[in-house]
Amino acid sequence: MIPIAFDYVRPGTVDEAISALAAAGEDGKVISGGQSLMPVLRLRMAAPTTLVDIGSIAEMKGITDGGDHLVVGANATHYEVMNDALVKQHAPLLAQAAGTVADPAIRHRGTFGGSLAHADPAGDLPTVALALDATMVAKGPNGTREIAAKDFFVDYFTSALEPEEILVAVKVPKLGDGWSTHYEKFNRTAQAWATVGVAAAVKRQNGTITEARVALTNMGPSPVRASSVEAALAGAAATTDAIAAAAANAADGTRPTSDLHASAEFREHLAKVLTKRAVAQAAGV
Amino acid sequence: MTETLTDANANPVGRPLRRKEDARLLHGQTNWTDNIQLPGTLHMAILRSPMAHARITNLDVTPALKRPHVVAAFTAKDLGDLNGSVPCVWPVTDDIQMPGFPALAVDKVRHVGDCVAVVLATDKYAAADALDAIEVDYEPLPAVIDMEAAIKQGSTAVHDAADGSHGTNVCYEFPLKPQGDGAFDAAVKAAGDDVVVVKRRFINQRVIAGYMEPRAVVASPMGMSNEMTIWSATQIPHVLRVLLALVTGLPENSLRVIAPDVGGGFGGKLQLYREEILAVQIARHLGRPVKWTETRSEDMVASHHGRDQIQDIEIASTKDGQIIGLKVDLIANMGAYLQIITPGIPLLGMFMYPAIYKMPAYEFNCVGVFTNTTPTDAIRGAGRPEATYAIERIMDELAAELDMDPMQLREKNWITHEEFPYTTVAGLTYDTGNYEAATAKAMDLFGYDALRAEQEQRRASGDPVQLGIGISTFTEMCGLAPSRTLGALKYVAGGWEHCTIRALPTGKIELITGTSPHGQGHETAWSQIAASILGVPVDDIEVVHSDTGRAPYGMDTYGSRSLAVGGQAIKKAAERLVEKAKVIAAHQLECSVDDLEFIQGAFRVKGDPAKSQPLAAVAFEAFTAHNLPDGVEPTLQAEATVDPDDFSYPHGTHLCAIEVDTETGKSKIRSYVAVDDVGIQVNPLIVEGQVHGGLACGIGQALYEGVEYDSDGNLLTASFADYLIPSAADLPSFTTDRTVTPSSTNPLGTKGVGEAGAIASPPAIINAIVDALRPMGVTDVKMPATPENVWRAIQAGQGGAQ
Repeated sequence: MIPIAFDYVRPGTVDEAISALAAAGEDGKVISGGQSLMPVLRLRMAAPTTLVDIGSIAEMKGITDGGDHLVVGANATHYEVMNDALVKQHAPLLAQAAGTVADPAIRHRGTFGGSLAHADPAGDLPTVALALDATMVAKGPNGTREIAAKDFFVDYFTSALEPEEILVAVKVPKLGDGWSTHYEKFNRTAQAWATVGVAAAVKRQNGTITEARVALTNMGPSPVRASSVEAALAGAAATTDAIAAAAANAADGTRPTSDLHASAEFREHLAKVLTKRAVAQAAGV
Repeated sequence: MTETLTDANANPVGRPLRRKEDARLLHGQTNWTDNIQLPGTLHMAILRSPMAHARITNLDVTPALKRPHVVAAFTAKDLGDLNGSVPCVWPVTDDIQMPGFPALAVDKVRHVGDCVAVVLATDKYAAADALDAIEVDYEPLPAVIDMEAAIKQGSTAVHDAADGSHGTNVCYEFPLKPQGDGAFDAAVKAAGDDVVVVKRRFINQRVIAGYMEPRAVVASPMGMSNEMTIWSATQIPHVLRVLLALVTGLPENSLRVIAPDVGGGFGGKLQLYREEILAVQIARHLGRPVKWTETRSEDMVASHHGRDQIQDIEIASTKDGQIIGLKVDLIANMGAYLQIITPGIPLLGMFMYPAIYKMPAYEFNCVGVFTNTTPTDAIRGAGRPEATYAIERIMDELAAELDMDPMQLREKNWITHEEFPYTTVAGLTYDTGNYEAATAKAMDLFGYDALRAEQEQRRASGDPVQLGIGISTFTEMCGLAPSRTLGALKYVAGGWEHCTIRALPTGKIELITGTSPHGQGHETAWSQIAASILGVPVDDIEVVHSDTGRAPYGMDTYGSRSLAVGGQAIKKAAERLVEKAKVIAAHQLECSVDDLEFIQGAFRVKGDPAKSQPLAAVAFEAFTAHNLPDGVEPTLQAEATVDPDDFSYPHGTHLCAIEVDTETGKSKIRSYVAVDDVGIQVNPLIVEGQVHGGLACGIGQALYEGVEYDSDGNLLTASFADYLIPSAADLPSFTTDRTVTPSSTNPLGTKGVGEAGAIASPPAIINAIVDALRPMGVTDVKMPATPENVWRAIQAGQGGAQ
């Protein structure tokens, strides 16, 4: 539980941080809130030689209105995200899910960008980003590029960020009228990671679900959209039976792992139950 | 609930005073072992085995010596005679197998976390880094993990036999097999056709202590004269001193052991750990202070674990529910080595399986088994939670078999309050108790009938969330223990406790206790007991403890003994002090001792209230000694060492309502009522805290906690991310209350409360879950009752019903 010795730099701007990362070479690592990285360092599961602390970079903070989307600074803490008026109005799914992350102490230190870049399959916020079709804004030595959420989460703890790139902000589309959402998280203790989680967004019109987005947490190496559920829901009646029938497809195409908290088989079962509940809750039935 | 004592006439015993300790603790004005910084300290880091069972084929620490800040490094061979062996002080049978337990492994490692080598450096981080430089090779041996496989013929042996031949993994077998009417089979046979027998296998899973402060030790040879001072995060400074003297050969009178602020123990610090031996021996060898503070990862693999029993239990009753016999067959996991009281833990349970029930026949057998796992030993309840779980679970199973209400079955069989003192079939004599009163109060608070009605309704409507009701009418034995009884059980120590009380010249009182609190609030409660006798304010009493230099006599804190045994010593010492003071006061007031009465801290001449002498004035007189009566020695102090007459037997009725989501398997405690009878309460606020903590511990075992190994002996639950301990957010608001049936085995009428919640609650929880699911064919759910375990039980139950 004692980390290996490392160098530590705390740049003041994104450009300085990129330079510091480049200087650090292969064994540089970005730290922001540190809520995921510190345990990894203490357990010596990672041994970076340089930590680049981006926590004090002002341009990565704050949440602003970008017209048809919100721009959430990567350094925004979970606490800021869950309480932000813009997020609550235009992306309530994100506000709700941020409120389920760990415990209050962690929510005050951990950051939205850090959680996405960490790409933990048990993380709640990558799933929400995927469900909302968010776009990641990354900056590196070659400039800025945008990466769609569906392309961003690559594998276990692996994102599409290049080693010298930093996730600086996330564009979260506003859902617009007619949509309602719910994040259903299932975990064993209040502070634990999701055993399985389901993010659901549903557009309703006159008792019919016209469009639905469903994304799953911890059902594979990365968050995954439950496409067959989405397809089954499109045009379905907003009834318990129709939702249950659609949710029965929730485990299709998933590759959940078995661990101490649940077997793959149980996760597949949970995905169906929780999808039914998440969609029903979002659809208000 | 909280109040401040203002009425000078009020007896402080029984008052819910806020703890004196808390302001200091909450403001961080604390002195943990890891806070102790001595000049010249060397930090010890330990290379631990990554394998459960292996031969060490190559071990070289010299590369580590080349690392910066490293001063020394040792293997078992390097230490030679200094490599002490951890003793076991409870050889429960004459033919018990007691293999050596070297502090640093010799030739073989026997569990993941076994100590292989140590590095000493002037910097803690440097010591940890240098472990990487040690060269070590292992030849893996088959790991013995499964207990039943371990005791089969031909199994790999964790230890060789004493003569070097292939050993057996049976550490001991302890049978209690009465002949004649007391035999289970005979009792069943005698009942003829009028008998119902229910047999179950319960698994009481392995748990960890989970204290907040990890283990830590500082050993300094820099004390006065030849003194070696040892600070340790321990529950047992006094016992540790004796054991360290025996293990190291250092003269006991040169050892001073201090347990400074200790952040929880729960039995996990009732131990002499190999790391403590290493710190002392290396400090002695190098002539410098040695410090070791474990990481949480080390704690998970190297601090002793608890429970881990396979329980085959059989109960027989008449068809109308009168119990006629109980038979218990245990397999108990010792782990890789015997720690100080490892073998005795399941046997503490032996006494408690018959619990509060009358029955003519009882048989017990326990096989202790070695495996390549972390050693087990006492954890909160130590043997009694296991027994209580099995008996309270099978009472529910018997009730289901008989189609009786589980509470009615209990009522039919428990010892009624008129029957005390009652000698149980296990041979204990329960002094007092009132199971009817505690149950009546609990049922009233719980709303039993309304919940049963709701349960029916949910069953009828096919609600995916089913409701279950769990009962645990438990008792336990605590106040360890009468020394003669311990001797008869082959335990190599006594169970007495000591107190010295000094009235200082300035009027302040120093109360020196042999108990060793690590979160219990002794400073407050002991002050209340002494204040009630000495008539001084609670705040004028300073409780001195946990330092063999300042508090030389004691048997420390475990087994809910501190109040039940230590309280008696406080009372007797305080009364003796008043006796001596009275002689001096009579001399000062020029009257006879018989003319004096002692009221509110002052001696008064009967019938002449103007003539009085406060205790403080007597203490000053005893200090100056200018005018003491002939034959009276200066100073005002008294001491008492008390051996308890018997155990005490707290009991209670715990009722739990749980909502089980049958789709996800998740259990949610809807309400939990705990009515405990812990006898006279010195401080009801502290009792309340102990009940809450005990419940959290027991509910943790029932729903969340469980140590898991893979088949190679790797610990899978090696961090708090995988070993789940509930937090306040996971627990309901408890409804607690007490009935008060004073114990008659001690003059304060107290029992014990530290373990009650942990003992009582696991069966209440599991009984509730099984009760919710019984119509679905479920008759048991494995602890911890995780959502998946519950879901699988439902799947299996429904499969069975088809």
